[in-house]
Amino acid sequence: MKGRLWLSVLAAALIIAGGYAALFIAPDERTMHQLQRVFYVHVPIWAAMFSALTIAFIADIGWLWTRKLHWDWLAVSAVEVGVVSCTAGLATGMLWGRPAWGIWWTWDAKLTSAFVLWLLYVSYLLLRGLLEDPQRRATLSAVFGIFAFLDAPLVYSANRLFRTQHPAPVIFGGPNSKLDPTMAKALVLCIIAFVAMMAVILRDRVRLERMRHELEELREESEMQTAAAEVPVRGESK
Amino acid sequence: MTAARAATILLRKELRLEFRRRELLTTTIVFGLIVVVLFSFALNPTPEESRRYGPGLLWIAFLFAGSLMLNPSFAREQANDTLDALRMAPISSFAVLLGKMAANFVFLALAEVILVPAFAVLYNVSLARVAGRLILVLALGTGGIVIAGTVFSAISAHARMRELLLPLLLLPVLAPLLIAAVEATALLLTPEPSFGGSWLTILIAFDVVFFTASWLLADFLTEE
Repeated sequence: MKGRLWLSVLAAALIIAGGYAALFIAPDERTMHQLQRVFYVHVPIWAAMFSALTIAFIADIGWLWTRKLHWDWLAVSAVEVGVVSCTAGLATGMLWGRPAWGIWWTWDAKLTSAFVLWLLYVSYLLLRGLLEDPQRRATLSAVFGIFAFLDAPLVYSANRLFRTQHPAPVIFGGPNSKLDPTMAKALVLCIIAFVAMMAVILRDRVRLERMRHELEELREESEMQTAAAEVPVRGESK
Repeated sequence: MTAARAATILLRKELRLEFRRRELLTTTIVFGLIVVVLFSFALNPTPEESRRYGPGLLWIAFLFAGSLMLNPSFAREQANDTLDALRMAPISSFAVLLGKMAANFVFLALAEVILVPAFAVLYNVSLARVAGRLILVLALGTGGIVIAGTVFSAISAHARMRELLLPLLLLPVLAPLLIAAVEATALLLTPEPSFGGSWLTILIAFDVVFFTASWLLADFLTEE
């Protein structure tokens, strides 16, 4: 419990520091001015999503390998956090796209890939909802999760061959794409803050999944006890 | 027994079962034809537009037909309680998967043998001069649909609402395959047909990645 408190305090402090750096310290952008500042939220959200989905992939393998249920709890929690981040990433992208490009949406490589990724992991969550047996649900959804994760690079490279409209990467994007050093520092701080926040949420979500599992076990136990107790009572009343 | 031999026996069993009643093939082909006809009602394309949108239409028809056709692959075993027999057989679970994939490939390929010429005639597209290259693109694309589809058919067979679930799982995963197959086919239908090397690379990558994954994960799909 103490770990949770410290992690939350740390994430909150990082978010405040990151927000301050992004809004007041980072310099104004030449062409987009204040609008560019959505970048300090948009990019960290995708970083959080990629970390969450990578954790989910590792957890899928962990479950298939060890058969320890906590891997399955981690997998479903990480996918849920990933889907929420993906939704937020798409939303912040649209908020920026409207004033910058004049349109909410375009079928560009990165946008389309993100959308397909969103669909893949929403399907994962739907699949879990339609499988009854917990062991089988964990196994089959892990197999699907692995397929979905392997699909992501293929989706991106297929879309990449279409014309792309999204701003080119400024961080690892070749010789001419230099990010102002202050901007880069603010961005790194924001990325750390969002990944920390993702970790806090993920931790709580796993805890919730464990409690659900325990509740389910207790319920089954009590059902069995009442069923056992009911038999002689019925016999007496006749 | 080697996996290849077990898979061949399973393939023969699947083919015998299907050719006794031909339910799967007839429904798939008729469904594909309906999509091809509805397309002309929905968009009323000129011959020029047919060449442009035709490949997309054709692959959408294959994807939808495939996602319907692949459903019984494992659901039928589930309904007849024969999945346990397959599990108990002294063969690897990958052999079961491989046999099913081969059978589904044959079924979808047979449907395409009818659908592609029908499409060519109805939309006035000449395919004869690119036949060899088109067959390669069709084989790679069909392979991808069948590899992922057979695995997901084994997954959805255990779920509620499995008929609805399979397309939901399969179609987003097939998105890169659809893009690459459509673009590779479109390049073959232009006045000067060319071979889309990078699109073929994506198709091959898709097939190899998912075939390897299903080989590694086969045991988990059939376990009790």
